[in-house]
Amino acid sequence: MRFLPLILRNFRRKKTRTILTVGSIAVALFLYGLLVTIDSALSAGVDVAGADRLVVRNRISLILPLPLSYQERLRQIPHCIEVTHASWFGGNYQDPRNFFPQFAIDTETWRKVFPEFAVPDDQWQAFVDDREGAISGRGTAERFGWKVGDRIPLQAPIWGGTWEFNLRGIYDGTRPGDDTSVMWLHWKYLDERRPWGKGVIGWYTIRIDDPANAVEVAEAADARFANSPFETSTETEKAFATGFARQIGNIRLLVVSIGAVVMFTLLLVTGATMASAVRERVPELGVLKTVGFADTGVLALVLAESVLLALVGGGLGLGLAKLFTLRGDPTGGMLPVFFLGGQRIALGLALAVAVGLLAGAAPAVGAMRLRIVDALRRV
Amino acid sequence: MVSVDGTDIPGSLIRVRHLNKQYRRGSETIDVLQGLNLDVGAGEFVAFMGPSGSGKTTLLNLLGGLDVPTSGSVTVDGDEITSMSARRLSSWRARHVGFIFQMYNLIPVLTAAQNVELPLLLTRLGAARRRQQVATALALVGLSDRAKHYPRQLSGGQEQRVAIARAIVADPTFLLCDEPTGDLDRKSGDEILDLLSALSRDHGKTVLIVTHDPRAAERADVVLHLDKGVLVHDPATEPVA
Repeated sequence: MRFLPLILRNFRRKKTRTILTVGSIAVALFLYGLLVTIDSALSAGVDVAGADRLVVRNRISLILPLPLSYQERLRQIPHCIEVTHASWFGGNYQDPRNFFPQFAIDTETWRKVFPEFAVPDDQWQAFVDDREGAISGRGTAERFGWKVGDRIPLQAPIWGGTWEFNLRGIYDGTRPGDDTSVMWLHWKYLDERRPWGKGVIGWYTIRIDDPANAVEVAEAADARFANSPFETSTETEKAFATGFARQIGNIRLLVVSIGAVVMFTLLLVTGATMASAVRERVPELGVLKTVGFADTGVLALVLAESVLLALVGGGLGLGLAKLFTLRGDPTGGMLPVFFLGGQRIALGLALAVAVGLLAGAAPAVGAMRLRIVDALRRV
Repeated sequence: MVSVDGTDIPGSLIRVRHLNKQYRRGSETIDVLQGLNLDVGAGEFVAFMGPSGSGKTTLLNLLGGLDVPTSGSVTVDGDEITSMSARRLSSWRARHVGFIFQMYNLIPVLTAAQNVELPLLLTRLGAARRRQQVATALALVGLSDRAKHYPRQLSGGQEQRVAIARAIVADPTFLLCDEPTGDLDRKSGDEILDLLSALSRDHGKTVLIVTHDPRAAERADVVLHLDKGVLVHDPATEPVA
């Protein structure tokens, strides 16, 4: 700590250069923050997927249905605690651009399989008691300014016409990555009113007693419906969510590629700054060595300066990215879980430290190797 | 007590034996110091004179452990510094040597007090004790009222006094001064010389000064000339050996 003032003072030598370098690092880490937020938004389902849940879907495609009768047969599989189902409603609120997902669910089993979504009991009961009832995630409710008791009209391109629902409750996620953009509707109401496709559901979710039994349960489920008109494909919820995210491309590869280019550029910018800062200061480094600073001490000083520079810029950029994400999904519903978590911020800061160390390494080694007599000769 | 002929002076602070320093310039080898011997007792004020390129600064660098000789030895207060590792030498310099340069060599972004504090950062002293020692050193050079000034806000003479404060703040065994008045006007130069004389006379500091300035040499107890790579006594001063 006693050397900190010495390091900080060096930032004031060329204020413009310091500001520009910190700005470059801040912009790069801001970009990193946004990229990882988009990545985590697209793979949010993967991150929060329950290890003790399996998803059973039509083997041919997710958009093809499964018979309702499978629910009882799935329940009979050993290690299966509960089975619930959901179906895609596909409605629009006011404008087709106002996208948000709606699931028609089995109200009798839903909360037993998805306990992480918190909804007050009285609101849940009001929903159960009202076939035209709906429960919205807080994200969507806040997005459209809904409150409990509102009548919500949804245009239903799949089923035809406008369907109206009574908002009976609002649910919250209990974890940072939980998706609060979904609206829950009654499957029974959907099945009753839709003109076709009666008696089928979209997919089942099974809650099992132990994640270790996942493979056994999945195999048993698929074997049970093999050679039937509705063969199934059963996988863990994580695998299901990963596959879903991959439908829009390998986002992670894209994020990593852009991030790598940004970090490499950042490395060059910071490295050039540190190299020129050290070059200008050669006689002073000679003085430090003269008064007794060891070669390794000078190396540490230069590295500390480089790391501090990167940390200040990185902290600023990540702080701005966090502020930006606090405003919520900027796409109007495409990225419902738009959240920059602490782990990603920590990783960003670690990246900044790594950039600082790498960028400062060559100048620091040069400073360490500097011979005092050569340094003092440059006065 | 100062000797240049290799005769051992009992209890000498600095003992140099058969010191050689060669430089290579292209294919040419230049012998700067050639078997130089020197003994200096504690508390002496010694001036080294000689033409440019005679090796005065080289000698000073070798005495201060800033450079390594081609051969020979330098022993200070019983420590042979020519056989020390770079790390040990750094630590030795911090404890035993105060350097004063012609161009002051202050760090421009640090205040006078922070510049003076630099050698103390390497000690185990706490912040309060460091502040106290810095204040004492600045008071000794008459710059208590300039502690918070940056080098650019000081005159050349004041800058050199800050450099002297930095050199003495850790109470080193001896001071090495390389043309300390070379960049100063006469009045400021005299003030610096007064200060160095007082440090030697009143505080018992051993002072070795490289200079072209005869007025600086006049303040010294002994004046030595570098001639063809070895030291010889100035005929005008009394050799004691």
